[in-house]
Amino acid sequence: MGQTFHRSTNTLARVSIFGAVFILGAMAWLAATVYRSAYFTEVGESKEQPVMFSHKHHVNGLGVDCRYCHTSVEESAFAGIPPTETCMSCHSQIWSDSPMLEPVRESYRSGESLVWNRVHDLPDFVYFNHSIHLSKGIGCTTCHGQVDQMPLVWKANTLFMEWCLDCHRNPEKYVRPLPEVLNVDWRPPADQLEQGRALMQAYEIANLTNCSICHR
Amino acid sequence: MSDKANSRELIDLRRIRGKLDRLRGRKYWRSLEELAETEEFKSFLQREFPENASEWTDPVGRRNFLRLMGASLALAGLGACTKQPLEKIVPYVKQPEELIPGRPLFYATASRLGGYGQGILVESHMGRPTKIEGNPDHPASLGATSAQVQAAILGLYDPDRSQVVRKTGRISTWDTFLQELGGPLQTQKAGGGGGLRILTETVTSPTLGALLAELLQQFPQARWHQWRAAGRDSVRQGARRAFGRFVETRYDLSRAEVIVSLGADFLFSGPGSLRYARDFAAGRRVHGGDGEMNRLYVVEATPTVTGSMADHRLAAQAGELEGLARSLAAELGVAVQGGGQSAHESWIRSVARDSSGRGGRCVVIAGEEAPAAVHALAHACNARLGAVGTTIHYTEPVEAQPTVELESLRRLSDDMQAGRVEVLLILGGNPVYDAPADLEFSEELDKVALRVHLSLYEDETSARCHWHIPAAHDLESWGDARAFDGTTSILQPLIQPLYGGKTDLEVVAALLGRPGARSYDLVREHWQQRTPGGDFDQLWRRSIHDGVVAGTQAAPVTVALQADWDSGPSEPPSSGLEVIFRADPAIGQGELSNNGWLQELPKPFTKLTWDNAVLMSPATAEDLHLTTGDRVVLSLGERRVEGPAWIIPGQADGTLCLHLGFGRTHAGRVGNRVGFNAYPLRTSDGLWHASGVQISRSGSGYRFASTQSHFAVQVEASSEAERRHLVREGTLENYRSHPEFVHEMGHEFPEDFTLYPPWEYSGYAWGMAIDLGACTGCNACVVACQSENNIPVVGKEQVILGREMHWIRVDGYFKGELDNPEFVHQPLPCQHCENAPCEVVCPVAATTHSPEGLNEMTYNRCVGTRYCSNNCPYKVRRFNFILYQDWETSSLELMRNPDVTVRSRGVMEKCSYCVQRINAARIDAKVAKRKIRDGEVRTACQAVCPSQAIVFGDINDPASQVSQWKADPLNYGILTELNTKPRTTYLARLRNPNPEISSE
Repeated sequence: MGQTFHRSTNTLARVSIFGAVFILGAMAWLAATVYRSAYFTEVGESKEQPVMFSHKHHVNGLGVDCRYCHTSVEESAFAGIPPTETCMSCHSQIWSDSPMLEPVRESYRSGESLVWNRVHDLPDFVYFNHSIHLSKGIGCTTCHGQVDQMPLVWKANTLFMEWCLDCHRNPEKYVRPLPEVLNVDWRPPADQLEQGRALMQAYEIANLTNCSICHR
Repeated sequence: MSDKANSRELIDLRRIRGKLDRLRGRKYWRSLEELAETEEFKSFLQREFPENASEWTDPVGRRNFLRLMGASLALAGLGACTKQPLEKIVPYVKQPEELIPGRPLFYATASRLGGYGQGILVESHMGRPTKIEGNPDHPASLGATSAQVQAAILGLYDPDRSQVVRKTGRISTWDTFLQELGGPLQTQKAGGGGGLRILTETVTSPTLGALLAELLQQFPQARWHQWRAAGRDSVRQGARRAFGRFVETRYDLSRAEVIVSLGADFLFSGPGSLRYARDFAAGRRVHGGDGEMNRLYVVEATPTVTGSMADHRLAAQAGELEGLARSLAAELGVAVQGGGQSAHESWIRSVARDSSGRGGRCVVIAGEEAPAAVHALAHACNARLGAVGTTIHYTEPVEAQPTVELESLRRLSDDMQAGRVEVLLILGGNPVYDAPADLEFSEELDKVALRVHLSLYEDETSARCHWHIPAAHDLESWGDARAFDGTTSILQPLIQPLYGGKTDLEVVAALLGRPGARSYDLVREHWQQRTPGGDFDQLWRRSIHDGVVAGTQAAPVTVALQADWDSGPSEPPSSGLEVIFRADPAIGQGELSNNGWLQELPKPFTKLTWDNAVLMSPATAEDLHLTTGDRVVLSLGERRVEGPAWIIPGQADGTLCLHLGFGRTHAGRVGNRVGFNAYPLRTSDGLWHASGVQISRSGSGYRFASTQSHFAVQVEASSEAERRHLVREGTLENYRSHPEFVHEMGHEFPEDFTLYPPWEYSGYAWGMAIDLGACTGCNACVVACQSENNIPVVGKEQVILGREMHWIRVDGYFKGELDNPEFVHQPLPCQHCENAPCEVVCPVAATTHSPEGLNEMTYNRCVGTRYCSNNCPYKVRRFNFILYQDWETSSLELMRNPDVTVRSRGVMEKCSYCVQRINAARIDAKVAKRKIRDGEVRTACQAVCPSQAIVFGDINDPASQVSQWKADPLNYGILTELNTKPRTTYLARLRNPNPEISSE
């Protein structure tokens, strides 16, 4: 009985087997690239909000302290989004007729909350706590970027787990002196690693990588 | 049904007896199936999940498996290709004071289960109540709650609760109701209210009592009736018989050296049970010193939580109880009629001798289900023993209007029959379902011209009423309630009524011509009127904040036995079978039937879920040629009920026990048609006990969902080396003379002989110790854990497959003879092994070891291989085989603990030592630059435990309570011969037997 397949089939088989490996590899690469792209992570992408609130204007221009609005950032997991009342504490006096602020006034009149679009949204199985980060010398800008330069807030970082772990494994790269945590102009000094290690000692920063620190 | 399901596997009880006789020394067993070595038990013992174990070898199963796996792989890949959905943040308009977003607040209020107040603290996350804790300042709670009160949070969010006012089934409104009630009410007013009747459950609320009293003034001919099926009539009747008036009896068990229970389940049921459990356990705690230990004697017909704690337990028919009580009284020197012979003479004599001469530091407690005569006898015994003023305190009744409820309901029924009732308002309760059968309540009810029912659910009674008004849940209401000792709590709402429910106060106020009155104003007015002078506002605020109104304890009274307190022995019960009725240990008298947490709660001793049964002793089953799973018909005169039989060791021979609360038809989606309804057999002259019952077999093969064999670990073995000493016990005597006896039971493992990586625990090292001598098996921990950790309900079919999800289970062991066993309860959460077998087998590092010794489970990593579960010798891991969690019902979303991940299918889970609580405490401590204090982290099971059987803390801190417990000679770990080094350890149970009895 003759051969069922011609000899050239061998080549075909080889090409398609190796080809398949390359194609699968290419697909994996493509998926990984897309997954890390800004399209997916939304890094640098500002979100539409019911009121065009500018952090740049309030923080950089007016010098309002972060905690004026984000009141619970030092004592709770959640930093807090200000109630309408907080906005109105100034805006009942200044810019009280601005059409841009009409949704705020409407909320105050009607008692209906403003509904903001969430920018920094961790998956539901991740438990982040603001208070502990501030009290251990991790500043606002370390994660949130230069909020004082953002007219509408965007994500400065991916919030991927590897990004979290970058700091949880090597906090010395990012930790800063406690008085500086709210300072948006703080920049790491030239000897950050050395200073960071000293601060880690002083603040007793350790054991950040076991799973239940963030997952429970 | 297949032949296989129909075949009866009769358990050979004679063989079991022989086997137990041959086993020498301590012998522990979990079920009759274990002793009989049935196939089902063996498969539960040897296989993790027996039902699916054949999946791979069965060709059809394998093909199915591959198909499903292929599909799920493909879908899992696609599932990752979605962007994160946009979420919203909705801040307050005006943020409430004291609220810090992201931190829970706790509000003091009270539960009114059974009518009596139990102080609770409710955890509220930004306005939604999520978890109930006990109120440490409340005398009936001291920080603990029962399983039923824990489950109230699920009751609040139950999507089956009634949501609208209905008139004869059609949707209506509150305003229409008020309008239409106006006419009949005017007519009643003209006639002095002669046709107006109010029916409530037991009322301790001072405000409701006052409003109803006002109503009776406006309508002088009207009547207020009370009825609760599992009420405390016999307690009240007994007091009336002994003292000629209603008084409340309060026990102080902290001072009792000897406690004699005459059918009383005082550690588990009744308004003071949490307090009694605490005091009882404290009186038995000898570790860490050579303290004294109280001694408990129990006479009972069916095994109860209290009976399982007894040093000496006598299983006797309920019909014999009065005779035994008489003998005891006679032995103690009380002048009683007919206190002569009894079957257990020497036992009774020993009990009497033991309790005499202790200067009153002893107490005789009669059960709420015992006849009034037994209560009167107990009062006489206590007076004779000098216990009054020491272990017993008599106070004014705490009910707003104490009454014998059966008489009250009978009067109402008679009036309805005679056509004297024109308007009937039923405020709570479900009398159509639970009234005594001979009153034919529902037929009589139909004769009433206008019937109104206020209740949480559209239940059996609502269906027979013209109007149904949805009631507000206790967690949605302002109100008040008195505890067993009279202490009053103000109820405050945690949330606006979800479905616009009304409180009983609001309905009564509407009758009084104040239709718009709010409960808040009614309660506040009531207390303001009764607080002369002073700063009422401050008192009000303090009372609400603390959860108790200071100085409201019931006034003590001095009572003396009436001359004719003893009306002589009741007629002896006819011989033969008797039937007793008991409130179900999970769902009570039926008001909690629609609560999935309670339906799925394995009941003590039977570990039955989703069912009740006709409970009978092994000897009775042999006599009747019955076995577990047989369907039987019970008949009492012309009344019949049908249900499946269950053999329960430890029950009195000749007694059949039926649990109430099942067989509901209008409970809701969870509770409908679960179990069988025992009420049709319950008549007014046999509320708790009736003799002369006939039984016949009508079928077989009923499938129970009992967890008794699930997650079993082999205990007994042919050789000593293979025996597992999971449960260790001794006597007080043993302990004093030879404290190390516990350790000599186990097999030690050479130190440092291990392949596991060494761990160093330099910071905190979390550990737990569980005192088997204090654990009563009440199940509060199981529900507390379920509530804290968002644990789903799986349903009866899945429980049969062994897939219940409880993170902590309470293993029940029988010990000794088949016919008169002793009981031990062993709560089993994850042991958090230092050498954890589960960790090394996880291929994706989803279960890992923390530097503090926690065995962590990371759900988002878990791919569901189940290797960990397979490798866990304690069988504490639970797998989400299918999507058990309800992701659809929006009201249930509000209930979940936001600090714990809600698990999806395909994920392993298990006890985390409440890691969310540890983390919260650690962060707080770090922010405050201090260490976590001992007792700052309390796991959910620890916090709820009425008898304080669980302690948790840092074992690296030698001063911590858990370290001290673990240093006790009674401390031991289970399966330590596997060198797992469990962080959860147990304190062996000590018994304090009376040498006079045990030497017999």
